[in-house]
Amino acid sequence: MSAAVQLKLVRAKSKYDFDGVLRRRGIDLPPLAIDTLQVNVTKLCNQVCRHCHVDASPSRTEKMSPDAIARCLEILEQNPQITKLDITGGAPELHPEFDSFVERSVAHGKHVMVRHNLTVQLDGNPQTKESKEYLPQFFAKNRVEVVSSLPYYQEFFTDAQRGSGVFKKSMEAMKRLNDVGYGVEGSGLVLNLVYNPVGPYLPAPQAGLEADYKRELKSKFGLSFNGLYTITNMPINRFRLHLDKTGQYEAYMEKLLAAFNPAAAEGVMCRSLLSVSYDGRIYDCDFNQMLEMDAKDRSGRPLSIFDFDFARALGRPIRFDAHCLGCTAGAGSSCGGATAA
Amino acid sequence: MSSYYESEDLKKFGDIGQHAKKLADDFFRYYGEVTGTDGALSKREKALIALAVSHAMKCPYCIDAYTTQCLETGSNPEQMMEAVHVAAVMQAGITLVHSVQMQNHLRKMVL
Repeated sequence: MSAAVQLKLVRAKSKYDFDGVLRRRGIDLPPLAIDTLQVNVTKLCNQVCRHCHVDASPSRTEKMSPDAIARCLEILEQNPQITKLDITGGAPELHPEFDSFVERSVAHGKHVMVRHNLTVQLDGNPQTKESKEYLPQFFAKNRVEVVSSLPYYQEFFTDAQRGSGVFKKSMEAMKRLNDVGYGVEGSGLVLNLVYNPVGPYLPAPQAGLEADYKRELKSKFGLSFNGLYTITNMPINRFRLHLDKTGQYEAYMEKLLAAFNPAAAEGVMCRSLLSVSYDGRIYDCDFNQMLEMDAKDRSGRPLSIFDFDFARALGRPIRFDAHCLGCTAGAGSSCGGATAA
Repeated sequence: MSSYYESEDLKKFGDIGQHAKKLADDFFRYYGEVTGTDGALSKREKALIALAVSHAMKCPYCIDAYTTQCLETGSNPEQMMEAVHVAAVMQAGITLVHSVQMQNHLRKMVL
């Protein structure tokens, strides 16, 4: 590597150095709590979304072992501070032990959220062809909170990001959820939707977009839901490749950097959750997990579910990198949507 | 060969302060207040107006900037395209309404 290239790389790193941004502004972001265990049980998915940070697809085979799931359940049982289980993937419902994982977590008194992509209800398992049409009833029976990606309330943007035909299937799947009470006022069954931009721009304000979604989905399809979470695209994996291929990476990073919001930084999700990969390793968030940035304790030892210690995990320094600018831009971004007013 | 309307040049907009800093500062403050805040019109509505004006004035910088701004304030592609049609039909109407002047003059020219 030439000296000029090396210099350019060093400059590129310092330019988007998230730790440096925090330092210059005097912001310290230690973990505040661990109230959520977010478990990525499989990379298998019935869809191939263009922005997917997991690189999930119908051909992926990674999945959590029965031992690891049992260990997650023990952690949930032994640590009452962890009140929520957030199951994600891939399409987490395609994991063979998904149902029992949900049922046993609910039995431990945990609030269970499932990152449900809607279309898996109709597509089923792309490898085994197992049907997943029972999911709405299963979710309702266990009073699971359903969190579903729907990039837009119109077909054009949704299909551009998630594949041809996804919007129509999503409408049908939402109807099936509404039919069992999800998103229906007074049912207590919560269906939240997730918006993310279809390209390198920031989400519109969450409240206004939620009102648009509610109005349009109700008037055009007769559908309802509870809340909308706006999420910023992280400049990693598939979305990063798209940015590089189209020459937009620098411009997108500049946009994120210029929109850095200290209030959003204070609310980043890594301060209150732990992310677990299919092989039991622990990360500060799902994005760090996909970048293989293991969470480490103060002594530098990687954290794992197999030797989990709550105090050791809570005392860890959170690992940041350039992609974290995605969570702190504008109104902020997290698995629960915007983090700053 | 030099070229016009390079998208990278939009970043240099701030350079208009060179040789006339106070005027540029006044302009950018006014610009920010008008387009960057919710007022009697929302930022979303202002962005759609700006998108229409961008087309009417044929400014490639502005079209790029306000396409993004429309998306980031929550407009959908149908609303954005309609805004451009408003600009188009205004321009067509402005052209056509001038035919009244032509008709007036035509009448004077005919016995």
